[in-house]
Amino acid sequence: MGTVPSALKHCLSYQHLLKEQLWIGEPPAAAHPAQEPQASGLPEYIKIVEVGPRDGLQNEKVIVPTDIKIELINQLSKTGLPAIEVTSFVSSKWVPQMADHKEVMRGIERHPGVQYPVLTPNLQGFHSAIAAGATEVSVFGAASESFSKMNINCSIEESIEKFEEVAKSARNMNIPMRGYVSCALGCPYEGNIVPDKVAEVSKRLYSMGCYEISLGDTIGVGTPGSMKKMLEAVMKEIPLSALAVHCHDTYGQALANILTAIQMGVAVVDSSVAGLGGCPYAKGATGNVATEDVIYMLNGLGINTGVNLYAVMEAGNFICTALNKKTNSKVAQASFNTGTIN
Amino acid sequence: AYPKRVKVVEVGPRDGLQNEKNVVPTPVKINLINMLSETGLPVIEATSFVSPKWVPQMADHTEVMQGINKLPGISYPVLTPNLKGFQAAVAAGAKEVSIFGAASEQFTRKNINCSIEESLERFDEVMKAARAASIPVRGYVSCVLGCPYEGKISAAKVAEVSKKMYSMGCYEISLGDTIGVGTPGSMKEMLAVVMKEVPVGSLAVHCHDTYGQALANILVALQMGVSVVDASVAGLGGCPYAQGASGNVATEDLVYMLNGLGIHTGVDLQKLMDTGTFICNALNRRTNSKVSQASCRL
Repeated sequence: MGTVPSALKHCLSYQHLLKEQLWIGEPPAAAHPAQEPQASGLPEYIKIVEVGPRDGLQNEKVIVPTDIKIELINQLSKTGLPAIEVTSFVSSKWVPQMADHKEVMRGIERHPGVQYPVLTPNLQGFHSAIAAGATEVSVFGAASESFSKMNINCSIEESIEKFEEVAKSARNMNIPMRGYVSCALGCPYEGNIVPDKVAEVSKRLYSMGCYEISLGDTIGVGTPGSMKKMLEAVMKEIPLSALAVHCHDTYGQALANILTAIQMGVAVVDSSVAGLGGCPYAKGATGNVATEDVIYMLNGLGINTGVNLYAVMEAGNFICTALNKKTNSKVAQASFNTGTIN
Repeated sequence: AYPKRVKVVEVGPRDGLQNEKNVVPTPVKINLINMLSETGLPVIEATSFVSPKWVPQMADHTEVMQGINKLPGISYPVLTPNLKGFQAAVAAGAKEVSIFGAASEQFTRKNINCSIEESLERFDEVMKAARAASIPVRGYVSCVLGCPYEGKISAAKVAEVSKKMYSMGCYEISLGDTIGVGTPGSMKEMLAVVMKEVPVGSLAVHCHDTYGQALANILVALQMGVSVVDASVAGLGGCPYAQGASGNVATEDLVYMLNGLGIHTGVDLQKLMDTGTFICNALNRRTNSKVSQASCRL
């Protein structure tokens, strides 16, 4: 390959690339026949659930001021994302980053057509969330007993009982409830997790009324091999349309795992703007998959998400500047010379 | 269905180091290749017999070629852009060579200062000499999923250039997503067209991770029957076309995925990670491999 420096000068400039929307931007209105998702068995539309403001920020070292959180969510609301996880109604003793949950919930703009779910680990958190204006909640189970004990200090069964209380109240108030299953492809304490266990916990959450189950590869150890096996087991118990995948990119496997899931018909994918949120179990390693990188892949597959990639990159740039950190999104790194817009 | 075995072609010592800012001393290069030789990798691209005026990082090509331990059963291909390079390579002990074409006219012009047609004529000289010396030749096609100058690249053009190089006698064609812009969609479309002209058993993919798409693209290629994948230890080698962005996909991350799929590679992931640690320390840089980052307890 030839000399490097001169190539850069003659290359299509960043501005040119964005204007031409060569790699970034909306997918073509008339999808190329070879890329038509239906022809390849892929979903035509995928719902992206943005977890940056909650899962992302919760795992960032720097505590983010309330007004920055609100601005981030407001920017995300304008990108076309259909669901944005806003905050967590958990005791500030446990999760200081989410101490301002009420203020954030009350302070954000609520765009029509966008859902703003919040985490509610128990009935107390649920009531607090509703009082603050929440209209959708999430509960977090795990496929690992050890993880459940270490994370929320009770067994899986005990946690299910707590969630059932939340589910009852949610049902009474017509509040949709989403269920998460952590450690779906591996546990930092137990190692390998049996797919049938994931299916069992998923089924409990679904039966109590969760409209959707998000299967989380909490430590990012999964591969297309283990993703397929796990989904096959879960799909025996839960309808495909009620499944989501929440992949971490700690071992660089997230997009390959997501691709495997969508090839099996999963049509809901969780991700985090700028790949916010490191891994609490592997120091210095990454965590959530970056929303920008997911959308770039889905655009390339001709799959509709309704999301404007450039707008997400701008929101990513905003929060990375505020956090004084480099983005974890490779698309953002490649598009902006220094990983940020100047 | 996936292939049962995948041949991993390690390009770190050449493609990786060539795109690193810091010039690496010859003994470090030799040690890197020797360590890679212990990991089980079947092919390690050792260096490039190109003029040091163009690629200063590869100026020590003869010393490297002569200095490395060549283990039996492992291939050590080298780049040879023209007849002169080929002859120097053979004199230095090379037993396999590679030539680099492109699916983009502008990229060829900017990169090697001639048209695609002219570049193939140059390669033809190398092919003739290689055939006479019984030296296998691997062909690379750059810009298969996009070009930094032309933008979109037609799959038909990729197939045309691949077919020409395969007909000239290349035993394998490595299809390179040079700027990493490809997605599983464009990878599938491109391979479908190329596979009409070149048998899938002679195809390899060389994916860059500049937009984070490499492993997903490789997964699709495997699903279509490709069983040779290029990668670079520690993800060495940035992207010359997007400042600060990453380039080659990391061999560790690739092997991690293949292991998870139950696909045999013969590669010892731990030894590979140790090699990555070695070269990153020598280059005074962080690894680009996520598997390595996650496994490091520091």
